[in-house]
Parts: sequence; C-alpha cells; structure tokens
Amino acid sequence: MPHIELPEPDIGVIRRRPILIEGLKSRVGADLLILDEDGRRAYETDAFTAYRNVPMLVVLPRTTEEVSKILKFCHENDVKVIPRGAGTSLCGGALPTEDAIVLCVSKMNRVLEVDYVNRFARVEAGITNLEITSRVAPKGFFYAPDPSSQLACTIAGNLAMNSGGAHCLKYGVTTHNVLGVKMVLIDGMIVDIGGTSLERNGYDLLSFMIGSEGQLGVVTEATVKILPAAEGARPMMIGFRSPEAAGSCVAAIIAAGIIPVAIEYMDHAAIEVCEAFAGAGYPLDVEALLIVEVEGSENEIGILLGRIAEIAAAYDPKTVVMSSGPEQSARIWAGRKAAFGAIGRISDYLCMDGTIPLAQLPHALTRISQICAEHDLKVANIFHAGDGNLHPLILYDANNPSEADRAEAAGEAILKLCVELGGCLTGEHGVGIEKRELMASQFSATDLAVQMRIKTVFDPTWRLNPAKVFPLAATETMRSGRAASTPEAA
Amino acid sequence: MTELLRPAAEWELQSMIAKLAAQKRRVEVVGHGALRNAGRVARSDIVLSTAGLKGVTLYEPTEIVMSARSGTPVYEIEAILAARGQMLAFEPVDLGPATGAPGGALSIGGVFATNFSGSRRILAGSARDNLLGVRAVNGRGELFKSGGRVMKNVTGLDIARGLTGSWGTLAVMTEVTFKVAPLPQTMLTLAYTGLPDDLAIEALTATMATPLEVSGAVHLPKGCAARLKQPKLKGIDQPVTLLRLETFSTAIEARKEKLKAALKVYGTPIELDAEETWSLWSEFRTLSVMPFSTETSLWRISTLPTKAAEIVFAIEKFMDSTAFYDWAGALIWLEVPAAADAGAADVRRAVSVRGGHATLIRAQPEVRASVDVFEPLKPEIERLTRGVKSAFDPDGLLNRGRMYANL
Repeated sequence: MPHIELPEPDIGVIRRRPILIEGLKSRVGADLLILDEDGRRAYETDAFTAYRNVPMLVVLPRTTEEVSKILKFCHENDVKVIPRGAGTSLCGGALPTEDAIVLCVSKMNRVLEVDYVNRFARVEAGITNLEITSRVAPKGFFYAPDPSSQLACTIAGNLAMNSGGAHCLKYGVTTHNVLGVKMVLIDGMIVDIGGTSLERNGYDLLSFMIGSEGQLGVVTEATVKILPAAEGARPMMIGFRSPEAAGSCVAAIIAAGIIPVAIEYMDHAAIEVCEAFAGAGYPLDVEALLIVEVEGSENEIGILLGRIAEIAAAYDPKTVVMSSGPEQSARIWAGRKAAFGAIGRISDYLCMDGTIPLAQLPHALTRISQICAEHDLKVANIFHAGDGNLHPLILYDANNPSEADRAEAAGEAILKLCVELGGCLTGEHGVGIEKRELMASQFSATDLAVQMRIKTVFDPTWRLNPAKVFPLAATETMRSGRAASTPEAA
Repeated sequence: MTELLRPAAEWELQSMIAKLAAQKRRVEVVGHGALRNAGRVARSDIVLSTAGLKGVTLYEPTEIVMSARSGTPVYEIEAILAARGQMLAFEPVDLGPATGAPGGALSIGGVFATNFSGSRRILAGSARDNLLGVRAVNGRGELFKSGGRVMKNVTGLDIARGLTGSWGTLAVMTEVTFKVAPLPQTMLTLAYTGLPDDLAIEALTATMATPLEVSGAVHLPKGCAARLKQPKLKGIDQPVTLLRLETFSTAIEARKEKLKAALKVYGTPIELDAEETWSLWSEFRTLSVMPFSTETSLWRISTLPTKAAEIVFAIEKFMDSTAFYDWAGALIWLEVPAAADAGAADVRRAVSVRGGHATLIRAQPEVRASVDVFEPLKPEIERLTRGVKSAFDPDGLLNRGRMYANL
C-alpha cells in the first residue's frame, strides 16, 4: 500500500491559492480559515489513514449562510470542495486532494429545537451523534442510529455515510431516522429537503442525499426522529462449538418471530483479543459467540431471553449467560465495542465491511479464512449477525510492504466474495476511495450511470467530493469539466 | 383506442420501453389498475401494465426478506407471508375502493411507487423504509438495479428508496426486494370514546412518547366513527380514539395495564381482542371509512400531530368535512364536498400556514386535471425535481403529468 490511485492535483488551481485565500477572506472573514501547514495537516486524512494529502486550505463555517458563500465562491472559481465532519470515515470519504478546500462543519454543533410531542430534534450538522441522545435522554428519548464512533462522529458524516450500528436491526439506519435536512448546493443555493412531518412531498430527494458521501451538497442542519427509550435492555451471550451452529441459531431466533434489538457475532480470534482487553467474561473455549440483546420491561426481557435460550439449546451451545444487571451488560458490550481498538493493540489490521445474506454465513466465514490463508495472513471476524454485516479484520504488519499488499488483495477478494454471495461491498462504512474501483463488481455500467446522473443533477460540475464512490475512469470527463452533463451507460 | 402493452418478462418490458423511447412515445404505467383513479391524469395513448410480471422470486423467512416482481398482487404476497407467520409491517393501504377502482388490485410495485403506508407506519416505518432494492427500467429504456437483498447496504447512491413515491414517473420497477416482519403473536385495541380532536391527539401523542410500542394510533371524529363496521363499535354516536398493542401473548396484558394507567384521565376504554382488532384495523387499510362517492373529494394531509386538529378545524370553517387522523395525528384523511377545485384553495391555505402538505386523492378526472394534486414545489426543489426527472426520463415519456403538469 498505498495502491489506490488518486487524481493528479490541478497545478493551476494550486497556483491560484493566494488569490483564493484573499477571495474567501473577503467573503467570510479570515477567522474561519486555517492556512498554516500544521493546521491543514490535521485534515490531511480521515480514519482511512493509509492515504494523506494536505489540502490547500481548510474553512470552518459557523452558519448555513457562510457555507453558502464558501460554496458559491468555490463554484465561481472552479475549486473542489471536500466536506468533512469529524473525519472518522473508514473508507477515505473525507480524504482531501492538494488542490481542494476542506469544508469542515464541526463548529456548527448546536441543538436548534427539540419537540418531544412531535418527536423530532433539529440540530446543526456538526453535532456528534451521541450528543443528540445526551440532550434528549433526560426526557426518556434517544436518537437511534449508533455507529461505534458515535462519541466522535458528526451527524453530517452519518448522513453522508447513512450510518448504522449494532442496534439498527430493530431501529434502522440513518435514512430511517431523518425527516429532513437543510443543505447547500455547490452554487450556494440553500435548499430544505423534507421537513418535520413524517412524509415528504414530491420526489424523495432525501433518499438520494443520505448515503451520497458528500457528493450532492453540504448538509448544515438535520431534523431527526427521536424515539422513546425502552424501559430496559439486557444482553445474553451464547457460545457455540461452530460458526454453523451460531448462524443456524440466529436464523432460528428470527424464524421464531423474535427480532432482538441487536445480534452480534464474534469468532474465536476476536473473542480472545476482546476478552484480554476488556475482561468482559467472554467464554474462551468456543468457536463463535453471539451477543443477543432484547428490550422491554423487566418481565418482557426475562420472557424473551428465556425463549432465546430455549431456541439456542437446539444448537448445543457450550455457554449461555444472561446478563444479571446493568454492570454485567455494560461489560459485555464494552468488550464488543472495544473490539477494533483491542485488535489494534496486537496488530495493524484492515477492517472490511461487506454484507452477506445470513444463510451464507458459514460458507462466507470458511472462504474468508481460506482467502486470508492463501495470502498468508490471519483474520478475526466480528459481525452484525442480525443483518449480515461482516467485519473481517485482516491482520498484517504495516511496516512490511509485502504484507500490506497482501492484506489489500485479501480485502478485495473478501468484498468481491460478499457480492458473489448476494451481498454488497459496504454495509456501513461507505465506498469513499477504498472501494471505488470495486463498484464495477457490484454494479453494471448502467447502474453506475444512473447514480452518476443524480450526482450531476445536484453538482453539475462535479466539484463536491469528486473522485470518490465511482470508478475513477468512469468519472474523468465529468471531473475534468469536459462533461457530458449526463453520464452515459457504457 | 388506447394501445395496451402487457409484458410478461422483464426483458420484454425493457425492449418495449426502449422502443417507445426511440420513438419518443409517451406511456402510462399501471399495475392492475388500483391506483388509476388517484393522482393526476397521465396523458398518453399507450398503457403499459406490469400485471404480467408476477411472482415471488425470493423468500427467506429466516432473513426476513422477500423479492417479488412488481405486478404481484399484494394479497398474494400477504398470503405467502402469513403462511410462514410473517407480514408486511408497513400495512400497505389499498386506495382502490376509496377511489372507485377495484379493491384487491393493488400490486407490490404500486405500493412502493406511491409509498402509501398504513397505521403501523408509526412503529415499523413506511414502505420506503422497508424497501431494500429494486430492478427497474428508466425512460431511456435502460434496465438497472439499485440496493440489494441485505438489510445494511451503503454501496453507492440510494436510488431504490429515491424511486419510492415517484408514481412511475422516473422508472418502471420490475422487481422489488423488501423487508418483512413476524406477525405479532397477539394484539388488542383500546378504544376511548367521546374525546374531542385536540384532546384525542394529545392522548395519542402521549402514548407515542412511552416505550409501550403502540402500533396504531388513530382518532375518528363522530361523523367518521359512525362509519365503522366492527361490531363492537358499529353505529357509535361518539368520537373514537384507538390504540393498538401487538406483542407476545405473555406480555400483552401487562402492556395493556400500563397503557390504561397512562391514559386514565381520558376515561375507561372499550377493549377489543385480537380478532376484533384485526378486523377493525383492516378498515383503515382499505379506507372503508372514506368510501367512494362522486359527491365528495378525498385529501391526504401530512403534518405535525400538534397541528392536525387545528388544520381540520380551519377547513371545517369553510366546508362540511369528515376526517380521520392516523399516525397519532401526523396523517389526516379528509373528505370534503366535491367542487370544481375539490376545496383545494381552502385546504392548501389551512395546511400551508401550519406546516405540512396535502395530496388530492379522490376527485373527478377533470378536477384532478385542473388543480394541483400534489403540493406545489418550491422553486429550488422544483429545479432539482426536474433535474431528477430528466436524469431518468429525459424525454418525459413515463407517466407524464401524473404528479405535476409538464413533468
């Protein structure tokens, strides 16, 4: 690594940097700009750290109107804009180029309105995911999507990536929990899409927007649903002798009409590392561990966990542990939530993010092991079992170029496997630059052209976060300004 | 005479549309006709029906996922699901009977094309929220897919959900993949009587703020409640406020008692058991409380619950009307006397000052051709809407005029 191709920066734009700086200063003031190299370097990468470029400058607007002025200026001066929240993207979604301006919304982080009767909150886009829940929790409400990075990630980033989390089996992902956005188009126009009511009028532009990875516009405000928190929630751990038994148990739980709020899967390698890190009480003598959480009143939780234990009994579990209370519940989740960090303590790793149909789980895990063995690498598997979202962590030594290359190749093979099995390239991390060239393995040229035309509707000159999501060659004419306003299918 | 195209396979549909696209001929897209009397009147001399595209192509009960060709009748899908103890959680609404079209003709493609969801939407999300993927042919004659069959998928732009609610004006769906849900083990309804609209909505929104997972929250003012057919409520001469609970048999009694305790200031409810509950809520799925009549027009208004009673009250100042509130007040079905503009001026004024939007569902064709059926768009949204239409259907061949004039 790194092997992912990035477009050559436009030297002409870079040469105009002093003029662009003066232009932006005159429109929004110097205090919003980060110009020095040390300051800009903080924005050279996101959590996909193998790739870095120091942007031309960084701008930190405080209002929608400032965002509008900045985008209008960039549009008029033909400058690329990379929207950014907290920079927690795992796929290079917020990676800048040297000829681009990073527009970071992190200063726009206020709660503007909370309506408990109509059950929504209107927030600025730079607020963190967890802060919304923190603000409404005293009244018994929460904001449902819970990505692992929820302490740091912004709603802007969540909207860009259509983020989910462990609990989305029951509550859905970002697109299920947003009513409307205020956003700014590349020409500076401020647009309200959706609103506060449950249904939208006309075309569902919000669906195009959510998950578009910052390619259609810059979201400055979001109106999100807030939900009443359950009376209680409690997990149980079930350890199995084989991945097949664990997979069959998940299917049996759902077939019995139970949709838990979360079903998480860890293989033996992941269990060992997480237990060593968190002391969660995970069994070490099993090949697969399920963490199943249910919600409701204390009585309902007891009934549901009892039924799940009965169902699991048919698959000969080695361990069945129901959490006895909040302390144990927190410990169980702490192990799972710390998984990526815990594995990072013992090895560098590439975190894959494919999704598969659940019935393919045993086959997928076997093939993932084979693929990694073929590349002489180890792997740990963590998995949102309720919705088929795999996270194979391919372990490698970043200081060994050969291992890094092999890890990247194994990762590609795993993602292609997910597509072959009827799944998709990414369940929650997004495409960014990481999976851009793999898009052709999931989509036909026509499928991609249909998507790219929507990008062109919102951003006709392809100045917003270009060179992401779509294969580089397919977007060359649009990015170079030689468009072809409507991408043609090959 | 109108030419009817009825492809029996996806490739045939694609080749038909590709040919029409080459000839730049406009086409009205329909399923089995359940929605033909709703929306604006599409102008074309060719009708393309998806009724020949039938059948479930994938069903994995243990993964709660199903794929079906777009012309598959909803009742067939629901029968297959029920046999495995599952259902469509969003309770699709069949507009047919309320608009003078045949009942039971609703196709699964029509459900997602309109995104009209029933009472359980407040808990389970809309049709759009339950959609996972589509295969479709756009106005260029291109066959494309979006989304897939897995629950979590952020690969590329979400074209699939973007097609929902577009009334066939962007593309003709050939196959849809969607999430299904377990049928609840049991259900019950609490019916409170005598509450005025504002108080009823206060009670409904209060329950939606509890963790009791109420799966239906409806209020029928007196005039509408009188139309209920469910024997325990039939002929009732009072407003009725309904709350539905669905869960495991071992848990439902406790939830009911909690709900009753939370709402004790609103009186003592009539209780309906599982069978009674099923028949009662079916009345809302077919809008039998808003039966077809040429004497009246029917509006569907989306707003904030706290504004709903005000909106109905404001409209009542200008015309006789009959309303019922679904989704704890976030959705109003409103019947008004048939008139040259179906009361559009007054309805839209009442809604616009309070927030929300109104869609004309039932009116004579000449009325639906002369007034805005869908809420007029703000200029910047109209610009994007026209761009999206053009991206899918540059020559405006598919269902032209079905949603907006000249689009």
